[in-house]
Amino acid sequence: MMLQLASTFSQLSLSQYLVLSSLLFVIGLVGFLTRRNLIVMFLCTELMFQAAAIAFVAFGRYWFDFSGQVFVIFILTVAAAEAALALALVVLLYRRRSTLNADDWMELCE
Amino acid sequence: MMTSTAIRIAELVPAVPPVPVAEVVEATSHWWAGFILWFPLISLVLCGLCAAFRVRSKLPAWITIGSLACSFVLTILLGNAEDVPERILLFEWISMEWLGGSFVANFALYIDSLTILWMSFVTGLGTLIALYASEYMEPDVGKGYTRFFSGVSIFLFAMGCLVMGDNLLMLYLGWEGVGFASYWLIGYYYRRPEAVAAAKKAFIVNRIGDLGLALAVYLIWATFGTVQYNELMTIIQSGDFSEVYEGWSVKAIPYLLMLAAFGKSAQLPLYVWLPDAMEGPTPVSALIHAATMVTAGIYLIARMYPFFLLEPASLHLVAWVGGLTALLAATIGMAQYDIKRIFAYSTVSQLGFMFLGLGVLTTYGAAYHVFTHAFFKAVLFLTAGAVMHGFAGQLDLRKLSGLRRMKGWRIVAWTMFVGCICLAGFPFTSGYFSKDAILAEAFVTQGPGFQVLGWLAIFTAFLTAYYTFRVWCRVCAGPVHYEPGDELHDDDHHDDHHDDHHDDHHGEHGFHPHAPRFAINFVLVVISVGALLAAVPYFMPNEVEGIKGGWVADMVHGSSAASGIPGHPDHPGSLSDSAHGDGHAHHGTILGMDPHSAMYYISGVVGGVGLLLAFWLHLWRRQDADRLRSWLLSRAWIRWLPVAMENKWYVDEVYHALVRAPLWLLGHVFHAFDRYIVDGLLVDGTSRLPRLLGRWFQPLQNGLLQSYAVTMAGGAVLIVLMMVLMMQFFQGGAVQ
Repeated sequence: MMLQLASTFSQLSLSQYLVLSSLLFVIGLVGFLTRRNLIVMFLCTELMFQAAAIAFVAFGRYWFDFSGQVFVIFILTVAAAEAALALALVVLLYRRRSTLNADDWMELCE
Repeated sequence: MMTSTAIRIAELVPAVPPVPVAEVVEATSHWWAGFILWFPLISLVLCGLCAAFRVRSKLPAWITIGSLACSFVLTILLGNAEDVPERILLFEWISMEWLGGSFVANFALYIDSLTILWMSFVTGLGTLIALYASEYMEPDVGKGYTRFFSGVSIFLFAMGCLVMGDNLLMLYLGWEGVGFASYWLIGYYYRRPEAVAAAKKAFIVNRIGDLGLALAVYLIWATFGTVQYNELMTIIQSGDFSEVYEGWSVKAIPYLLMLAAFGKSAQLPLYVWLPDAMEGPTPVSALIHAATMVTAGIYLIARMYPFFLLEPASLHLVAWVGGLTALLAATIGMAQYDIKRIFAYSTVSQLGFMFLGLGVLTTYGAAYHVFTHAFFKAVLFLTAGAVMHGFAGQLDLRKLSGLRRMKGWRIVAWTMFVGCICLAGFPFTSGYFSKDAILAEAFVTQGPGFQVLGWLAIFTAFLTAYYTFRVWCRVCAGPVHYEPGDELHDDDHHDDHHDDHHDDHHGEHGFHPHAPRFAINFVLVVISVGALLAAVPYFMPNEVEGIKGGWVADMVHGSSAASGIPGHPDHPGSLSDSAHGDGHAHHGTILGMDPHSAMYYISGVVGGVGLLLAFWLHLWRRQDADRLRSWLLSRAWIRWLPVAMENKWYVDEVYHALVRAPLWLLGHVFHAFDRYIVDGLLVDGTSRLPRLLGRWFQPLQNGLLQSYAVTMAGGAVLIVLMMVLMMQFFQGGAVQ
């Protein structure tokens, strides 16, 4: 009954949203794991954020629950703050060594 | 199985009906008796204040002497005022009652004649010896002076608790207190390793005895339900306790008390601490380790005598241990060269005589010997102290001679002579009468081998006379000759001291022995007069009918030790009295004579022979002594005897091998266990585990951002997988 009501409001089923979300997430993850450029890696994390946001919205819509959307608002806020912070860090790191390669910062583990 | 006590006592001592315990009087009129205890405590506090304000004068000595003198005066007043046992409540200490039981141990005094007898010489000698110490400890004014006198004060307080306490708990408090004071004062010269070792030895050996006392107090309370003397004696008189613990606790109590007494009074298994305790200052040796504290064991047994009468075998053991200790210590004392050590061994030996007296049922003899011994042994130690003080710590009797011919030393020489004749039991001295009371009773009382024991004791008396006069003849008589010792109070002749090493032994180059001054001489004279006068109570008329032996016998008779006074008609005090009833089957004889009459001759002769032997070997023909010694040492069959005696029969070595070495080994085993198992395995092992895990996971921390991300992603996947699996599992279970 609920499922039918959902499908009348939307042509796309929940699973399709979830597939999109997963795809975005995996792209972000693979990008994060394979690229060495700090800014690209940062953009990949943003992708993963958005994948999660899509999943939230999809579920929220599916269950007629607005919490999903509320969460997305939160995610956007956090992502914005995090973007400001991360970009600032990247700028600082670049000023030190004039490189954006993540592998050049190995010694930070100590 | 336990018959009435009255019957038991009657079996042992036929002629005397059991003395009914006098009803205790709860006295309030003698409230001031508490100050006998409080005065030393006040003195302790004042001495502490002196230390706090860095008093650099003899003030602490005068405070101590003054308060001890007050205690003494009060003791005498109390002795005059007291006629029946009375209890004086000072304050409520422990007082608990519950359904069917109680535990009452108030801070109260139990004043009977035994208490008075003991306290009279404890406080009297305490005062005099404190006066002596005020001069003796002079070099330490401003340094250890206050420490010394606080120690003396706390000792007197503890001894007062021990003797005057109304219950066993107060006695225990005092018992531990005197042990502590003894430790404090033996270790007075705490910079010297020997003194520290001696203090520890005394304390540790005493712990063994203290364990016995603690167990005895517990057993007594468990068996009789009270620890107060008066209540205990009433219960024992009534005989109404036989079935408690099937009677075994009543049998065990005397042995535990005995262990305590043997520890404190330096008897056979546990005597080794006393000779070493001579490392303390000499007044301490005189007061604590000769006159007062070491007699606490005698006091304990005398006070608890009814318990011993319940188990006669325990008294036989007391007698044998005492007799053998007396002999052993006398043989060791014969072969030592250090004057103080000789006197220490003689103390052990005389304490052995006292235990022999307790064992052969003459508490009177034991108490009288305690009384006389306190005086003459104090004199001997104090003279030894004066010598030590004047000759820079010299105590070797081979290096001192002719004291009586030296200016300023005559009083020391002759007071030592008085002490010696009393100790040797020379006829008509105090030691003669008190020792005879014990020796004769060994032949009177029936017991396992008591005849043999009596002869052993007579032989010991001979040795005593010999070694006592060996000291006097060597040190006080003969040609004048001396060498200074090497230390202690080298105040003014420090430079001369170094010269002595270059010069010859005669010591007259630069070294001037400083003769004792007024305080020491005064105290020596007073105590030696006391030692002579201690014979007088023997001749005093008895107030109590049927016993003899003078004032001391009266004092003992009026106390819980009373059952130990044999009261047959010809008891001591009557040289002429030969008519003794043969009706008593128990009455032994010696050489066909009544022991009490015979003993006057036997011990007089024996003492005289020992004395003459000492004069011959150590005064008239000193080279004979050397010749005898070399003769003994050159014969293989007898060589072991002098060697063993000089080495104290190797008792310390045997204890070292049997007790100290195993404990040392055990200590190291425990140390190893602690080090390697507890610390190594448990503590360090626990800390090593996270380190090991850390080392395994450390490679993950490689600094590559992507590898962290992979780990995180992998972890997240793992968690999700696990959750999925678990959900399936539980749901599957729920479905089925």
